[in-house]
Amino acid sequence: MSEIRFTKDHEWIAVDGDTGVVGITDYAQHALGDIVFIELPEIGRQVSKGGEAAVVESVKAASEVYAPVDGDVIAVNNELAEEPARVNADAEGAGWFFKIKIVTPAQLAELMDKAAYQTYLEGLA
Amino acid sequence: MTTATISGATISGHRGLQMDEPLIFELDSPGSSGVDLPAPPKTKAKTRLGAVPVRESVGLPGLSEPEVVRHYTRLSQKNYAIDAGFYPLGSCTMKHNPRLNEKMARLPGFADVHPLQPMTTIQGALELIDTLAGWLKALTGMKAVAMSPAAGAHGEMCGMMAIAAAHDHRGGPARKRVLVPESAHGTNPATAAALGMVVEAIPATADGRIDLAAFKAKLGFDVAAVMLTNPNTCGLFERDVRELADAVHQAGAFLYCDGANFNAIIGRVRVADLGVDAMHINLHKTFSTPHGGGGPGSGPVVFSQALAPFVPLPTIIHDDDGYRLVECQDEDEGTALAFGRMKAFHGQMGVFVRALAYTLSHGADGLHQASADAVLSANYVLAKLKGTLNAPFEGPCMHEALFDDKSLKDTGVTTLDIAKALIDEGFHPMTVYFPLVVHGAMLIEPTESESKRSIDQFIATMIGLAERAKEDAASFHAAPTLAPRRRLDETTAARKPILRWKTR
Repeated sequence: MSEIRFTKDHEWIAVDGDTGVVGITDYAQHALGDIVFIELPEIGRQVSKGGEAAVVESVKAASEVYAPVDGDVIAVNNELAEEPARVNADAEGAGWFFKIKIVTPAQLAELMDKAAYQTYLEGLA
Repeated sequence: MTTATISGATISGHRGLQMDEPLIFELDSPGSSGVDLPAPPKTKAKTRLGAVPVRESVGLPGLSEPEVVRHYTRLSQKNYAIDAGFYPLGSCTMKHNPRLNEKMARLPGFADVHPLQPMTTIQGALELIDTLAGWLKALTGMKAVAMSPAAGAHGEMCGMMAIAAAHDHRGGPARKRVLVPESAHGTNPATAAALGMVVEAIPATADGRIDLAAFKAKLGFDVAAVMLTNPNTCGLFERDVRELADAVHQAGAFLYCDGANFNAIIGRVRVADLGVDAMHINLHKTFSTPHGGGGPGSGPVVFSQALAPFVPLPTIIHDDDGYRLVECQDEDEGTALAFGRMKAFHGQMGVFVRALAYTLSHGADGLHQASADAVLSANYVLAKLKGTLNAPFEGPCMHEALFDDKSLKDTGVTTLDIAKALIDEGFHPMTVYFPLVVHGAMLIEPTESESKRSIDQFIATMIGLAERAKEDAASFHAAPTLAPRRRLDETTAARKPILRWKTR
């Protein structure tokens, strides 16, 4: 059973044991608008919490996607290259970006759970 | 009048005198030609190209001369330009290009000059570049200038390369970090990244300016430079720039200023007094040469005393023997540390001529007036529209007025819809969705050359559109209805771009 945590920069990480699947939230895809291009990290790359891990480009803007926690990239969602629209359609599911082996599990506690993220979003409106 | 009758089908596909023009490849009638060339002689010679034919079609369309003339004339009639109407594209300084500039640039001695001519035959051209360089140094109070960079981003790269050269020359630990505020132009972090530096974005304050405390906390002896844009992309003057410059210099780093918005402060602020080490000047914007169609631009960079030794080649030296270009480091003692060169030749001559014509025809007092008028125009727009649209930052502004989409909330009309509706109203839209620091940004730069009459017409249009947005959102979603093309599918164009025409 995986547990989902959120960052203030609107990334999510679904944790299952020592692996985590990372993507951007539905709020983020909505704010970006139609996504046209995604640059994913290379498998094997080490990412660090808050460091740039991927780039997402929409018709409005280009933005960085930051790693929620330290980790090593073990898989990426190659289907996004062909079909970036998947992120608009299902940001928190089929539109996942990459999978990491979590290096510093203690950092997960610094992230928000679903309820805290909802409250955070209400504060932004 | 209904849009149905206007956008509805005519038999020809034309609408009034607005012609529906296909691609030139679609007009191909094979065998047609504008010139009557003799058939190429038949060759019997065996080639050494194996099976590769000696002659092959290159796929150019066949058209007669009148067809070609008509095709390009029709395309040109679809062009929207500053000569045709108001063009308030924020951060682009789409001002009038005086016809005097054009007349000067077309003088044969300037227009026909070649970069490989002997120096004795181009003394006038070199004097012009040197005179313009003198003006740029005087207007900024800076010590040196590199005239060759091709445009703004190229100028940024030139400035940052000089900074890297200065750090290399000084020695010490590697400096790779570059701090860039969110209120800077998007090209600033791109430039630093292109040079292999590590960019750190520093969030803006609630009033749309740099966060001085955040900068001071991030400064260190591994920071190469801070890049800021002043006035910034929110159209605001960075008040803390001098204190920032002091902190940057204390950390042994340099301050790069993006001078793209120089039009707001020319003749008012001496950049050297702000503690800036390098700044590019977009001659094509501030000094009024036609731009917006992709060039040519020109982005000279002015430098402080600390960076002056590293200015790239060529430089021009004026002595008793006249003017000469210094093209090699060892040609002059002052160029021993020059970091290299930015371009094969010496810069954009046509833009230099226009920029000097602009400068001399305005004079110091005229330039002083132009920046005041540019700021006045923007503040007039801000004052007249802030009751209708939401201005996220407290005014007064500098050369451009920034609004967000808060007032459109719950109408179902977006910033993009307003931009498209402006096309139907005969205006080039303002810059939209930039800067990113505000939601649904609309950035309006009227410039000093726009008359009050045309600014008023634009303001009335914006107010009218904002009112209509509350009642009739649907009409916006169809806009533009009166343009040669309707709403373009930007998403598909970006996701599945078709980059060349192919026969079906």
